[in-house]
Amino acid sequence: MDLSYTPEEEEFRARLREWLAKVLPTLPAKPPPDDWPGRRAYDLGWQRMLYDAGYADVHWDASPTTRLIFLEETEKAGAPYVGAGFVGLLHAGPTIAAEGTDGQRARWLPPILRGEEVWCQGFSEPGAGSDLAALRTRAWRDGDDYVVSGSKIWTSHAEVADWCELLVRTDPTAPKHRGISWLAMPMDADGITVRPLRTLAGSAEFADVFLDEVRVPVGNRVGAENDGWRVTMVTLSFERGTAFVGEVVACRRVLGELARAARENGRWDDPVLRRRLGRLEAEFRALWRLTQWNVSEAEASGGVPGAGGSVFKLRYSHARQELYDTAADVLGPGALDLDRPWVLDRLSALSYTIAAGTSQIQRTIVAERILGLPKGR
Amino acid sequence: MRFQLSEDQRALQAGVRELLERRFGREALRAAVDTPGRLDRELWRALGDAGFFALRLPEADGGVGLGLPEAVLAFEEAGRALLPGPLVATHLAAGTVPGAATGETVVAAVYGELVEWLEAADVVLGDTGDTGGTGNTADTGNAADTGDTRGAEPLRSLDPLTPLHRVPAARDAAAAAPLADLLTAAEQLGTAVRVGELAVQHARTREQFGQPIGAFQAVKHLCADLLVRTETARVAVYAAAVTADPADIAAARLLADEAAVHGARDCLQVHGGMGFTWEADVHLHLKRAWVRAHRGGGSTESEELLAARLAA
Ligand SMILES: Cc1cc2nc3c(=O)[nH]c(=O)nc-3n(C[C@H](O)[C@H](O)[C@H](O)COP(=O)(O)OP(=O)(O)OC[C@H]3O[C@@H](n4cnc5c(N)ncnc54)[C@H](O)[C@@H]3O)c2cc1C
Repeated sequence: MDLSYTPEEEEFRARLREWLAKVLPTLPAKPPPDDWPGRRAYDLGWQRMLYDAGYADVHWDASPTTRLIFLEETEKAGAPYVGAGFVGLLHAGPTIAAEGTDGQRARWLPPILRGEEVWCQGFSEPGAGSDLAALRTRAWRDGDDYVVSGSKIWTSHAEVADWCELLVRTDPTAPKHRGISWLAMPMDADGITVRPLRTLAGSAEFADVFLDEVRVPVGNRVGAENDGWRVTMVTLSFERGTAFVGEVVACRRVLGELARAARENGRWDDPVLRRRLGRLEAEFRALWRLTQWNVSEAEASGGVPGAGGSVFKLRYSHARQELYDTAADVLGPGALDLDRPWVLDRLSALSYTIAAGTSQIQRTIVAERILGLPKGR
Repeated sequence: MRFQLSEDQRALQAGVRELLERRFGREALRAAVDTPGRLDRELWRALGDAGFFALRLPEADGGVGLGLPEAVLAFEEAGRALLPGPLVATHLAAGTVPGAATGETVVAAVYGELVEWLEAADVVLGDTGDTGGTGNTADTGNAADTGDTRGAEPLRSLDPLTPLHRVPAARDAAAAAPLADLLTAAEQLGTAVRVGELAVQHARTREQFGQPIGAFQAVKHLCADLLVRTETARVAVYAAAVTADPADIAAARLLADEAAVHGARDCLQVHGGMGFTWEADVHLHLKRAWVRAHRGGGSTESEELLAARLAA
């Protein structure tokens, strides 16, 4: 067991730190949360800067440890988050890299890396959430195109996306996991209607997407026809395995801020609150260690993150909610004021135990895939 | 960074597990339950021979010359096997108390108000178990700082495998003892691992309503949460063994106490009525987890230490 980094890794860290210190002060001001075109431009601008500096493909090509250092340092320095680039960089991209043809890689990967195109994820449907494989959006062949009809829901960033990783049913007669295909759908195609949905935090983070005979070239299918479920499992392993790493660092920073705020407003004198903060510190220290453990394991086994991602996701999503609930205790009545720091974060943290697979679904995955307990019906 | 067990560490883990299975299997465990208060000296010497106590002593001093991570792995196995005795105190006394390293001498320690195995011990130390370094840096010429056990009163110990005495307000009750905390956390981790195994085993085989109870989601989710707590505690304990940082150790202690106590309760729940019997081992694990959770300052001290770090 070794927690020290190699000289090369330390050198990467030092170079990155130096670069961050130089460029972060030159960034424009962050756009307000509801300015979607502004957020898109901001997030893509950041990705372009990373690209020009040679850091763009750190999510895909670098070793897992290098990626860990990247996420740790950017987060510590307060650099922008992937934001609108999330789906492209953290799951569509890696999926295409792993499962796509050379032509598909050449067409879709460079624009993601250069910060030119935004992707969204069209998996969930009104009748297929946790039971994702029950999806009904249909695609049938017409010449060189698939013709797609149906609807998707909770599609994050749909309003500003150029591409959608879309799951469709290409064989309605096959068992439900077998008749699915994974398509890259251009969001400017005819027949697509995006209707923003308001979240409980008041913003329009995600949307309904209606598909009415949308034509998608057959060449946009990643993986074989009707083999989309397997491709999806690759996508989801990236989503659960590596997507939250940087956030743990951010949570530890917030925890320090909470302690300082509590000192200033006198709540620190309450031993119950103090002990809660102490326990959270233990929690986030351990979550960081879990990250290092999972990364080392991925490094040893070569690439795709394992089921340990579900262990992490389960524990982390609850810890994050506890963190912001504790922030509310530090704030007192300020916890009801949307203009105070942490109040919006507390609301958005409510989605963590639901999005990317609910906690209930994750527990079932842990029990069946890690512990080998029998499948129920 | 390679935060995984090395080949040597895996081998050590397997070796200790095998030794404990051979020397302290289920029958020995139940026999120990039937003879409360009796410490098996032969087993103690066997542990000494195997290097359990001398693990971190330099080879020049007759030790094994390994580090804290290896000690933590050995103590995890001890916890998993529910091995009785003042293991932590004796291990920390190796190199300073004559005979501790070889298992000739049984060393107990006063932790706050409690002493485990007072009557079976040859030497009792104060709460100074570990000021760092490889062992007890006792500053006295006569090798050990004798624990103040005046007025010690026996308790009717809740754990049939750990006799307990209570001492009136110990001198250095609040003394921090990071290494004792870390090794205790490692034992708790072992308990969490073991109760997880027992729960899953039972869930796979016990049938109700025509299927294994492990097919029911409510049972599955109990087991999944148990595993998640265990694996989180594991990385915290291992990392603390690598850094030896007091805050890391405090975090490890908190998470491991939680994983052991909560895990044993969930294991009991999975066992149903069987879990409530003396025959099932579950209660032994739970009771020991409770005893260890009281060792030293308990959770309050760890939480306060971490909070103080945050605000620093
Ligand atoms: C902020 C946010 C962003 C999202 N972004 C996207 C996106 O970009 N693209 C996308 O495709 N999707 C997205 N989602 C959708 C998300 O993946 C689903 O909401 C999630 O998988 C749950 O599905 P559901 O909402 O249909 O809930 P349901 O599946 O209806 O679940 C309702 C409740 O029932 C429980 N439940 C359901 N089945 C079981 C079972 N078998 N066992 C035990 N409990 C069960 C669930 O745990 C939950 O508590 C997003 C969701 C959120 C909240």
